[in-house]
This record gives sequence, structure tokens and C-alpha cells, in this order.
Amino acid sequence: MAYSNKVIDHYENPRNVGSFAKDDPSVATGMVGAPACGDVMKLQLKINDQGIIEDAKFKTYGCGSAIASSSLVTEWVKGKSIDEAALIKNTDIAQELALPPVKIHCSILAEDAIKAAIADYKQRHGN
Amino acid sequence: MNYFQLFHLPAQFELDLTELGTRYLELQRQFHPDKHAAGSERDKLMAVQQAANINDAYHSLKQPLLRAEHLLALRGLKISNEQRSFMEPAFLMQQMELRELLAEISEAADPYPLIDEADQQIQQQKKALLRQLQAALDANSPEQDHQAADIIRKLKFFFKLQQELELLEQQTQD
Repeated sequence: MAYSNKVIDHYENPRNVGSFAKDDPSVATGMVGAPACGDVMKLQLKINDQGIIEDAKFKTYGCGSAIASSSLVTEWVKGKSIDEAALIKNTDIAQELALPPVKIHCSILAEDAIKAAIADYKQRHGN
Repeated sequence: MNYFQLFHLPAQFELDLTELGTRYLELQRQFHPDKHAAGSERDKLMAVQQAANINDAYHSLKQPLLRAEHLLALRGLKISNEQRSFMEPAFLMQQMELRELLAEISEAADPYPLIDEADQQIQQQKKALLRQLQAALDANSPEQDHQAADIIRKLKFFFKLQQELELLEQQTQD
């Protein structure tokens, strides 16, 4: 199976790899995994007082499509409000990266990572 | 299809692999397409189909996770091929740490102590989870079946880690 150019680009030059300090109150962390392939994904969002995502970082152990999906969403969420970010759908990710059907679960993982991070933020900020 | 029934084995997680192997050979002989070569077209077709079922059943029963999935499916809980993400922060954080340990191995000057450490952790957790899985499946209740499904999901991460570690070990030896 051949990877699309966009997947290869994100895989070879992943954007925003790394971690923020977890005890920073403006940082929200989303952890998700895919049992079927054992992929693990961590997405961290730095969110300001206005609820805008100022920065994002990720760390993913998995296949090229999983890495590309998480790299792409770190680019997409920056500058968005958490409500706007929550609207990102796996189908948008899959389409942008031209993922084949067997790799759709990688885009689902990235969408769920955003949701998990937002849930973490809301839980810690009491709403 | 009930693979346990096909092999005349009790529908439970615990399984004698030697017995499974013996049953497999018996069934294979019984339904070998050559034995039915003189039969009608319908007989031949059924023998081929049955031989395929026997192979599928053997491969599913042999592997603990596939056997557990099959057992759950027979009880009405299908989890194979699910696309759902797993979200249990503490468990995933531990997976992340083990992945980081594996990443260290590939960069270490002397990787063997790290390989041993990772192997020990993975084996220990796997054993503990397999014990929990056995207990949950033996309880045979809808609630415990859901518990078992979650344990299977966790075990899949550990089987994957083990694969990755074996790959690293091979690369280290090359």
C-alpha cells in the first residue's frame, strides 16, 4: 500500500512533536490508543483564558498514517477556539491525507485525541 | 460458527493446546478433500468448506486473544474489527512510557539491560492481564464479559509491544 505525498511529508517532517509541561494549568492532554494496531497518541493543547488554542504538540507511536494524522491536527487546531476544534471530523483528516480505508482508524484516533484533550481541559476548568 | 463445538471442546478460555492439536489433525484427516474425491460435487464442495472452517477454527482457538474474542462473540459481544479508540489515560500513559523505553533501546550503547527491563515489564503485565481475563471469562456474566473485552483491548497493546521489542532484539543482533 502506498502512502500519499501528504502522509509522507507529515511523516518525514512531523510538525509540533513534543510535550508541554503537564502541570501547566493552560495545558490540556488527550491520550488515545487503537487496540487493533497498538498505536498510542498523545495530543496536548495550550489554551488561553479566552478558550483559544495557542499552541499544540503531539507524540505518537504508530504507523505513518497515525503520525501524519496527529501532526496535521496540531496544525489545524492552532488559533481555533476549543468549540471550533471539537468540530474537526476524522473524515476531514482522512480526506486531506488521502488515507485508504484500512487507515481510517488513524484519523478516528486523531479526532478522538482532540476530544479527549478538550474533555481534560473542561474537567480541569470546571465546566 | 461455534469453533469449540467443531473441535468438541468445552466453550471456555482455558484450553489444552496439545489436545487442540490432536483434534485438529483428526478433523483434518476426516475432512481432507482427497478423501471425498469420489463423492458427489456437493460432497466435495462441503468437504472443502469444512476443511476451511477447521483451519479457521484452529487458528482462532490457538491464540489466546482470538480465542477470548470468539468466546465473547458466542456470548453475543462482538469486539473483533472494532474501530473504537481506547481512552484510559493511566493505561495509555504507561503504554507511552514503555514505548519511550523501547525508543531508548535503539539508541543505547549497551541495549541489553534495557531490553531485559522492557521484556520483564511486558511479560509481567501480560501475565497479570491474562489471569484477569481468565477470571472474567470464567464468571460468564454480561458485566464480566464487558470487563473481559476491556482486558482484551489492553492485552492487544502488550502483544504489539512484545512484537516491537522482538523486532528491536533482532536488529540489535544484526
